[in-house]
Amino acid sequence: MKTPNKNRDLTLTTAAVGLLLVFLWWANGHLDNYKIQVLNLIAINSILALSLNLIYGFTGMFSLGHAGFMAIGAYVSSLLILPPVQKEMIYILQPLIWPFSVLQAPFFIAVLAGGFAAALLGLVIAIPVLRLGGDYLGIATLGFAEIIRVVFTNLTPITNGALGLKGIPNYANIWWNYGWCLLTLFFLIRLINSNFGNVLKAIRDDEIAARAMGINTFKYRVVSFSIGAFFAGIGGALMASLITTIDPKMFSFLLTFNVLMIVVAGGLGSLTGSIIGSAVITVLLEWLRFVENPIDIGSFHLDGIPGMRMVIFSLLLILIILFRREGIMGMREFSWDSLISRFSRGGEAR
Amino acid sequence: MSLDMFIQHLFNALTLGSLYGLIAIGYTMVYGILRLINFAHGDIFMLGAYFVFFGVTLTKLPWGIAVVLAVALSALCGTVIDRIAYRPLRDAPRISALISAIGVSFFIENLGLVVFTGLPKPVYRPDWLVEVINLGNIRILPLALIVPAIAFALVMGLLWIVYKTKPGLAMRSISKDIETTRLMGVSVDKIIALTFGLGSALAAASGIMWALRYPQIHPFMGVFPGFKAFIAAVLGGIGSIQGAMIGGMLLGLIEIMAVAFFPALSGYRDAFAFILLIVILLMKPTGLMGEKLEEKV
Repeated sequence: MKTPNKNRDLTLTTAAVGLLLVFLWWANGHLDNYKIQVLNLIAINSILALSLNLIYGFTGMFSLGHAGFMAIGAYVSSLLILPPVQKEMIYILQPLIWPFSVLQAPFFIAVLAGGFAAALLGLVIAIPVLRLGGDYLGIATLGFAEIIRVVFTNLTPITNGALGLKGIPNYANIWWNYGWCLLTLFFLIRLINSNFGNVLKAIRDDEIAARAMGINTFKYRVVSFSIGAFFAGIGGALMASLITTIDPKMFSFLLTFNVLMIVVAGGLGSLTGSIIGSAVITVLLEWLRFVENPIDIGSFHLDGIPGMRMVIFSLLLILIILFRREGIMGMREFSWDSLISRFSRGGEAR
Repeated sequence: MSLDMFIQHLFNALTLGSLYGLIAIGYTMVYGILRLINFAHGDIFMLGAYFVFFGVTLTKLPWGIAVVLAVALSALCGTVIDRIAYRPLRDAPRISALISAIGVSFFIENLGLVVFTGLPKPVYRPDWLVEVINLGNIRILPLALIVPAIAFALVMGLLWIVYKTKPGLAMRSISKDIETTRLMGVSVDKIIALTFGLGSALAAASGIMWALRYPQIHPFMGVFPGFKAFIAAVLGGIGSIQGAMIGGMLLGLIEIMAVAFFPALSGYRDAFAFILLIVILLMKPTGLMGEKLEEKV
C-alpha cells in the first residue's frame, strides 16, 4: 500500500518519534522511579505483545509458549551480563559450570544472544509442533513452555535451579527498552506490509486455500514462529535486567496469559492495537494494585484483598472476549491519513 | 526393586491413573461435542475438594452428605460456566471460546485465592479410609482399593447414560453433527449443559478423592492434574470415554513407574506428561481409541 503522501508521512513519523524521545527524556528526569518502572514495563510488554501478535494475530498460530521463549532470553542474557563475582556468590547449591562461568558480553550483545537463543529454540520446537493446528498447537506449545520451566528448575549447574538468578545488572533503562521497542515495531511494520506479511495473512485467513495457491505454508509458519520467538526472547532479556531477579517460577503460564490478554485487548492482527493494549493493560494492572492495599475512606477502613487484582483482570478478559471480541483496534492500524481526515472532517469519517 | 515394592507402586499408579481418568472424561466429552478445551475443568476439580472441606468444617455436615452435595454443586458450577462463558461464543471462532476458558480458569483460581486464601488446608479423612492394611509385606491404604473401584463404577454409570439413554443418544449425535441434531428437534443447549454437568461431577469426585489421597488442598491444586488429564484424554483419543480412562491409567503408570525406577528423574516428573503429549501428537494425533477428525475445506 503506497500512500500518495509518503514524504509527509515520513516527516510526521519522524516528528512523532522525536516527540516520544523528548517525552522520555523529560520523564527520565522528572518522574519518580515507580512511574519510570511502569513506562519501562509498557515498552517491554509492547515487544512481547507485538511478537505474540505476529505468531497468533497475523499468522493464526495459537501459541501459548511465550513464557518459555522469554525464559530462554532472560537466562541467556542474564548469564552474559552477570559479573563473575556475583555468579560465584549466588550459585550456592552447585557452582556454575565452565563456559558460562567466564562468558561475558556487553548488554546489547547479551540481549541479542537471548533473542537468538529463543529463536533457535523456536525453530527446533516449530518443526515438529507446527504440524498441528488450532488448539492442539496451543496445548503443545504450552507443554513446551512447561518443559522448559521444569528443565530450568532442575538444571542447577547452569540456571541455579529454583533459587534463580539475583543481582542481575540493571542496564535496561528507558533508552534500551524504548530503543528495542521501536526497533521491534519498525521491523514488524516492514515485515507485515511486505510480500512475506501478505503470505502470513493469507495463511491466517485460510491455510488450505493458501496451500492450494502453491504456498509452502509450513515454511512460512516456521519462520514467523521463530521471529516471534526471537522478539519474545528479547523481551524476556530486557525484563530480566529491568527487575534484576529471575527464577523459573516467574515464567509460568500466568506470564503468557498476561501477554495474550494484551494482544486480545488490543486487537488480534493490529500492531497499533498491541501498543495501545500494552499501555492500557500495564497501567491498569498497576492501578489495580489499589484493591490489594488497605483503603481508608474517612473513618471507614477496608483491608486490602490479596489476589483481587487478578480476579478483576481475568474477569476483564472474559468480558472483552464476550462483548468486544475484536478488542480496541480490531484489525485496523493507525495511519496518518485516517488521523488527518478525522480532524479535517470533524471526526465523522473513518 | 522387590516385588512387594513393585506391587505397592502399581497400586499407587492405579489410584493416580483413575483420578486422572475421571478428570479426562470431562475434557474428552466437552471436546468431543464442542471442540473446546475446557481449561476451567481442572478448577472444578479443585472446587469439589473445597466444597467438601467447607461442608465438613463450616456447616458440620456428615462427611458422606458433604461429598454428595459437593459433587452436585460442582456439576452446577460446570453448567453455569458453560451458560455464561461458552454458550454466547458458540458461533464465534473456536479460539475465542478457548480464550474465554483460560479467562474463566484464572478467574476461579484467583477467586479461590481470595476466598479460600492461599494457605494449603488439611483435609478431614474418615478413619476407615486410611487405616493401613497389611497384605503380607505389602502395606496399602483402603483408599488404594476404593478409589479405582469408585472410578470404575462411575465410568460404568456414565457409559450407561451415554449409550443406553435418550440424552446419551443426543450427546453422541451432537458430537457427530450439531446442526443436524438441532434440526431433529433436540434442544442442543440443554444436552450440552448436561454434558458439562456430568463432566464436572466426575471432576469433582476426582478432586475429592485426590484430597483424600494427598490430604492438602489449595486454590491451584487443579492446574497440573487438569493439564495432565487433558493429556490423558489426548492419549486415549479425544472424544472417547473409555479412551480417557485408559489414557489416565497409562499416564498414572508412566509417572509413578518412571520415578520409581529412575529416582534421579523425580525432579522432571511434571515434564513427563508434556513430553508424552508432544510424542503422541506427532506420532498418532488421534490417540489410542480416537476417531479421525476430518479437516473440512
